[in-house]
Amino acid sequence: MAENRNILSMTGITKTFPGVLALDDVDFSLRKGEVHGLMGENGAGKSTLIKVLTGVEQPDAGIIELDGRSVHVRSPQHSQELGISTVYQEVNLCTNISVAENIVLGHEPHRFGVLAWKKMNALASQALKRLEIDIDVAQPLGNYSLAIQQMVAIARSLEFTSAKILILDEPTSSLDVNETNLLFDVVRKLKSEGLGIIFITHFLDQIYRIADRITVLRNGKLVDTYDTASLPRVELIAKMLGRSMTDLDAVSKSKVEHEQKASGECLLEAKGLGLKGSLEPVELALRVNEVLGLAGLLGSGRTELAGLLFGVDTPDSGSLTLSGKTIQRFSPLESLKNGIALCPEDRKAEGIVGELTIRENIILALQARYGWFKFLSAEKQNEIAQKYIQLLGIVTPSSEQLAKNLSGGNQQKLILARWLATNPQVLILDEPTRGIDVGAKAEIQKLVLDLAAQGKSCVFISSELEEVLRISHRIVVMRDHKKAAEYSGDVNDQTIMQTMAGNL
Amino acid sequence: MAERTKFFLLRYGPLLTTMTVFVLAYLAGGWLYPAMKNPQVFFNLFINGGYLLLVSIGMTFVILTGGIDLSVGGVIALTTAASAALLKAGVSPFVVMPLMVILGIVFGLTQGCIVHFLKVQPFIATLMGLYFARGMAYIISLESVTIKDSFYKSLALTPIPIPFLDAYVYIPTLVGPIMLIVAIYLTYFTRFGRTIYAIGNNEQSALLMGLPVARTKILVYSFSGLCSALAGIVFSISLLAGYGQFATGTELDAIASVVMGGTSLAGGVGTVIGTLFGVLINQTIVSILQFNGTLSSWWTRIGVGILTLIFIGIQSLFYIRRKHS
Repeated sequence: MAENRNILSMTGITKTFPGVLALDDVDFSLRKGEVHGLMGENGAGKSTLIKVLTGVEQPDAGIIELDGRSVHVRSPQHSQELGISTVYQEVNLCTNISVAENIVLGHEPHRFGVLAWKKMNALASQALKRLEIDIDVAQPLGNYSLAIQQMVAIARSLEFTSAKILILDEPTSSLDVNETNLLFDVVRKLKSEGLGIIFITHFLDQIYRIADRITVLRNGKLVDTYDTASLPRVELIAKMLGRSMTDLDAVSKSKVEHEQKASGECLLEAKGLGLKGSLEPVELALRVNEVLGLAGLLGSGRTELAGLLFGVDTPDSGSLTLSGKTIQRFSPLESLKNGIALCPEDRKAEGIVGELTIRENIILALQARYGWFKFLSAEKQNEIAQKYIQLLGIVTPSSEQLAKNLSGGNQQKLILARWLATNPQVLILDEPTRGIDVGAKAEIQKLVLDLAAQGKSCVFISSELEEVLRISHRIVVMRDHKKAAEYSGDVNDQTIMQTMAGNL
Repeated sequence: MAERTKFFLLRYGPLLTTMTVFVLAYLAGGWLYPAMKNPQVFFNLFINGGYLLLVSIGMTFVILTGGIDLSVGGVIALTTAASAALLKAGVSPFVVMPLMVILGIVFGLTQGCIVHFLKVQPFIATLMGLYFARGMAYIISLESVTIKDSFYKSLALTPIPIPFLDAYVYIPTLVGPIMLIVAIYLTYFTRFGRTIYAIGNNEQSALLMGLPVARTKILVYSFSGLCSALAGIVFSISLLAGYGQFATGTELDAIASVVMGGTSLAGGVGTVIGTLFGVLINQTIVSILQFNGTLSSWWTRIGVGILTLIFIGIQSLFYIRRKHS
């Protein structure tokens, strides 16, 4: 199907951000009528490459050729004029204006300078029908679900019939299975029409279903471009990580080694701990040296339980004891003083302060524990920051780098570092590996196990069953805001899924 | 159908509230002071509030993009002072007026460029614009300069009767309503207008949609500058004078009118029609106080202040409801 003619070739693209070499001499090509998967971990340079192609960022060096002609993409608008259309991961549309406007604005039909609203709405309806979506296009976009908004974004990018290249940047992250299938049907249709499609996703399944070729980036460098058929999955992962899967095996192994130790004394114990409307009374015992997995669907009460343990909310029933002492006052500050730490779920909103440096981010919680008036000397601060940057392997040129410049995985490590700096006894981790790549996941999992081995206790909350199973010594399953069951670490995933679903 | 009604109410609720408040305020005035029932009083709202309507229209555009323009009062003062000085020097009014319009546009354009290219906060950029314009007005003349030009006088003093009603307006009074129609056309029927709304909702998105963000933002400040210059011309005709102290605090009256009209200071939400009613409410309160005759004119500001606060409260309620639905 794919012709061997390149419609796009990018050569020697280089782009530097303050302190970070985001793209280093990267080559990329796209053929007419192919779906080209762009793969890599977070921070590999995928987004930057797309931003360069769409004119959001200007490259420091390199040549972009469209149909054999060298071009300089000045702006997103210019890239559209050149026939490059993009659908981004986050829906980049305006929620206050109508669906129709969101689709046709910039190319809207008008008569004598007057917008032809009827024609606009008709055009928009037609564009959505192509995706088999039938909605009232005169309504503001904000009235519809995120999935519909995503489809509108795709309809918008398709509506420009001059489009020669379509970039789909994580388009399926907010779509369900049926919507994804629908999207793939559309992608195949466009491919047969001769469009070149660049497809970025974290889902390996989807890449193998749809992509003809795969280009792998790692740390801003090109690894290589492969035919999908000749690249086995395991090899793709290895190329993305730049190492074999042995790291993950090592995690499982170290868990077994710690297994015996984890039967120590009880550190944190909840008896009938509950809060009306949030969590039904829960019994929970956390031992020294133990990783306690907390599994359950979104909204099952996992996060609420973590909040009660850390004192974000005050329970209205039951009691919580730490090393035999009953906790009287529930507040995060009190918990910090007692040696309990919580890494929240949403690292952007609740965790990282992007405009502060890495050092300042690490010191934050420690400073809160010391009180605001006790001064930590610059030397001491640096010492602590350096210690944790090394301990957790945070990749950064210096501790004075702004936190927002770090990749997702490194930001997550930074939050961990902040809480570790307070030297907690109990560490509650709410989705610590969400949205970060496989390599960083393995590192964080290993770190959690190491911490447990050093005499700390961890509560590990995750939606990914596989990682809960891999590192937990015991697993508590939550369902409908109550504790559904408790298993030892060698339970299989089927049992847990059945419990989560309520069949057991 | 019920669903549609709900969406309609959520969408146009703030606008309908503003209209209702105006009607109620006017009826209350008519009930307290029967003389207010005279149709001329209604047209006086436009005669006296014409300049405010003009700057509020420009302000609406700026606020819809998520910005603010504090320079409008200064530009009015500068326009009146410059007009008076030029007319006194014997320059033809047919040269003076277009010159003032160009002055306003260039002034706004410069502010727009400072906001967009130098990434200066609109609040700061236009505050500097306000100081600059008012300062320049005093450089031209430290005292009020009377306009003796015969064309200006005839514009100021020739009444135009309103058909079928025992009422009249003046020629400059028509500038506000004409610009209102132009503004409605621009916001609703042009890509420029729709881009304003898109930018106000999410500038980054608008940029990624390939919309002309830079051009639109700069044009919006230029448009506000144009409106201010027109307001200045109207002002100098109705007072037949130019002075650096004219229109003090107008920028805040305009912002209050825009907010009362249902436009969100966060940008992206609001209408020019709403602004018209915001201005009318402002002028109605002024009228009621004039008819009363004993109350301090500062009650206008107190009334507008309270109303603005209430409107902002109503707006957030609608916003919260919309988020939930």
